[in-house]
Amino acid sequence: MKKSTKAAVGTLLVAALFAGVWLAERLAGANSMLVTVLEKGAIYALIAVSMNLLNGFTGLFSLGQAGFMLVGAYTYAIFTIPAARRMAVYQYYQGGIVQFELPCLLAIVLAGVVAAAFAALVGLPVLRLKSDYLAIATLGFAEIIRAVIQYDKLGPLTNGSNLLKTYPTFDTALFPFAVAGVCIAVILMLIHSTYGRACKAIRDDEIAAEAMGINLFRHKLLSFVISSFFAGVGGALLAMYQGTVQANAFKSSMTYEILLIVVIGGMGSVTGSVLASFLFIACSEWWLRFLDVETFIGTVQVPLLRSGFRMVVFSVVIMAVVLFYRRGIMGDREFSLDAIARAFSGKKRKGARAK
Amino acid sequence: MFDRILPYLLAGISVGGQYALIAVGYTMVYGILRLINFAHGDIFTAAGFFMVYFAAAMPLYVAAPLVVVATVLLGFVVERVAYKPLRSAPRMSIMISAIGVSYLLQNLMWYVTGGLAKQYPVLPWISEQITIGPASTKMATVVTPVITVLLVVALVMLIKHTKIGMAMRAVSRDFETAQLMGIKINSVISMTFVIGSFLAAIGSMLYFSNYTTVTPTIGAMPGLKAFVAAVFGGIGSIPGAVIGAMLIGICENVIKAVGYTTFSDAFTFALLIVVLVFKPTGLFGEKTSEKV
Repeated sequence: MKKSTKAAVGTLLVAALFAGVWLAERLAGANSMLVTVLEKGAIYALIAVSMNLLNGFTGLFSLGQAGFMLVGAYTYAIFTIPAARRMAVYQYYQGGIVQFELPCLLAIVLAGVVAAAFAALVGLPVLRLKSDYLAIATLGFAEIIRAVIQYDKLGPLTNGSNLLKTYPTFDTALFPFAVAGVCIAVILMLIHSTYGRACKAIRDDEIAAEAMGINLFRHKLLSFVISSFFAGVGGALLAMYQGTVQANAFKSSMTYEILLIVVIGGMGSVTGSVLASFLFIACSEWWLRFLDVETFIGTVQVPLLRSGFRMVVFSVVIMAVVLFYRRGIMGDREFSLDAIARAFSGKKRKGARAK
Repeated sequence: MFDRILPYLLAGISVGGQYALIAVGYTMVYGILRLINFAHGDIFTAAGFFMVYFAAAMPLYVAAPLVVVATVLLGFVVERVAYKPLRSAPRMSIMISAIGVSYLLQNLMWYVTGGLAKQYPVLPWISEQITIGPASTKMATVVTPVITVLLVVALVMLIKHTKIGMAMRAVSRDFETAQLMGIKINSVISMTFVIGSFLAAIGSMLYFSNYTTVTPTIGAMPGLKAFVAAVFGGIGSIPGAVIGAMLIGICENVIKAVGYTTFSDAFTFALLIVVLVFKPTGLFGEKTSEKV
């Protein structure tokens, strides 16, 4: 396919996507399940892609994503609560020490920057570790962040263990779609750059990559920092979606969920992560809801159906994917217009990967 | 000063002993499979729930052994179902599978209990209040270190002097060669999980006698801490895991005594990062070199 037609079709598809979201919101109503899934799905898509950049593309098994999301969410909330309402929110800390507010978009970027700065600090010691030690160290780091943020002495800044609220949120699903879309596009460009190729080389074989002259530590750190930047942005979006933030929600189980999304989508596939996010959120929030409701057929109660069953079924499905479809939905392939065009024209794939 | 610190010190040694019982499970599995068994903390929690439900249905002297059997069975099944099919897969896949099992077990326990905290049954003798000098505490606090040491000594004897112990050492040294020498690695690995779950079951009885309520996610934190203890002591080393766990238990409670309760969890993980950066092999770990 020609580059110009590809660009045109791509633009059209993106426009169609946004039109679809807009239409869905108009037709289904802003409080409908569909819109919830779209909003949360878009946010999780961004976070999952950021994790995939690290786990799937650079081969760094990091479990610190919830920590960086937490940093992002708090940064956003702290700097956007209107000055007039600070007295009410920071009621135990005399209104806190931050007495100004930043515009929403600037705060989102700042959320990413602060998360990235944390990542740079943490990465220096932690990234020297190998696979599972790295996983545990990053997991530990996320726990440390969670404890520190709730530290009483930091209360004037973080409001201790109390909620942060009344900061601006978004009122249309188009907003998270736009932000997540731009971020994912940037990540895609990164992956296709020389830098991204170097990361994949590190993933496939560290020693060979080093022998080819790739600076391992610098690339790992860069990947870690960039991934955390987008996790921070994702955290800020999540804060907007929820309307309130509290550090205790960002437990390690949140990281696990995101990791499972990445695995379901396929390690090393951006489109896979995006698809899996929407699927994951739709299933857990919407499609499997009926499993949680006690149901009667006639007078006979359907066995097993009660609160919590949804998550059991859900985790069994996830285990099945992990065990039997290890490559996930997409494996390491990407959704591309070329592939679809080829499928339609029935031409044989050139250079199809041997598998 | 000592009077004020003593209760915390006692609690530290006791919690340390309980972490040690979990940590041994981690360190043995890691020694053989090079896998962080993320589900181990949840098996520990499951043991707590087994006790809650069994004790409600039958007398304690029947329930307690049954709890151990059920926990061991759970550990065995988890290994067979979730880890065995992935034996030749990359290590990352097995770790993801472990995380998946942990997720599944937590959701399953949430479903069964309805998400409510359950009261742990009062075990005779272990749950009794006693006073040591100025401190009043439960029998479990005093018993834990003794039981821990006894069990660990027994375990070390098992590993040093029995045939299955020798097989375990061989498998942890070199997986493939051991297989070539005719060792049935699957049964050795199952045995590792059985021992680990057995110790976790004992640990859970002692732990929950002190803390009295069981919730589906309660095991996650002790599980992670026990893993840190295993790393601290040098992963793969059983005495190392015990000493690491004791130190972590004591430090954590001393930090609470000084008034920084918020940081008692954070301390453990900070310790982990420091240990990993400066002495990745831990206190007693063997040095390994990276092979191409």
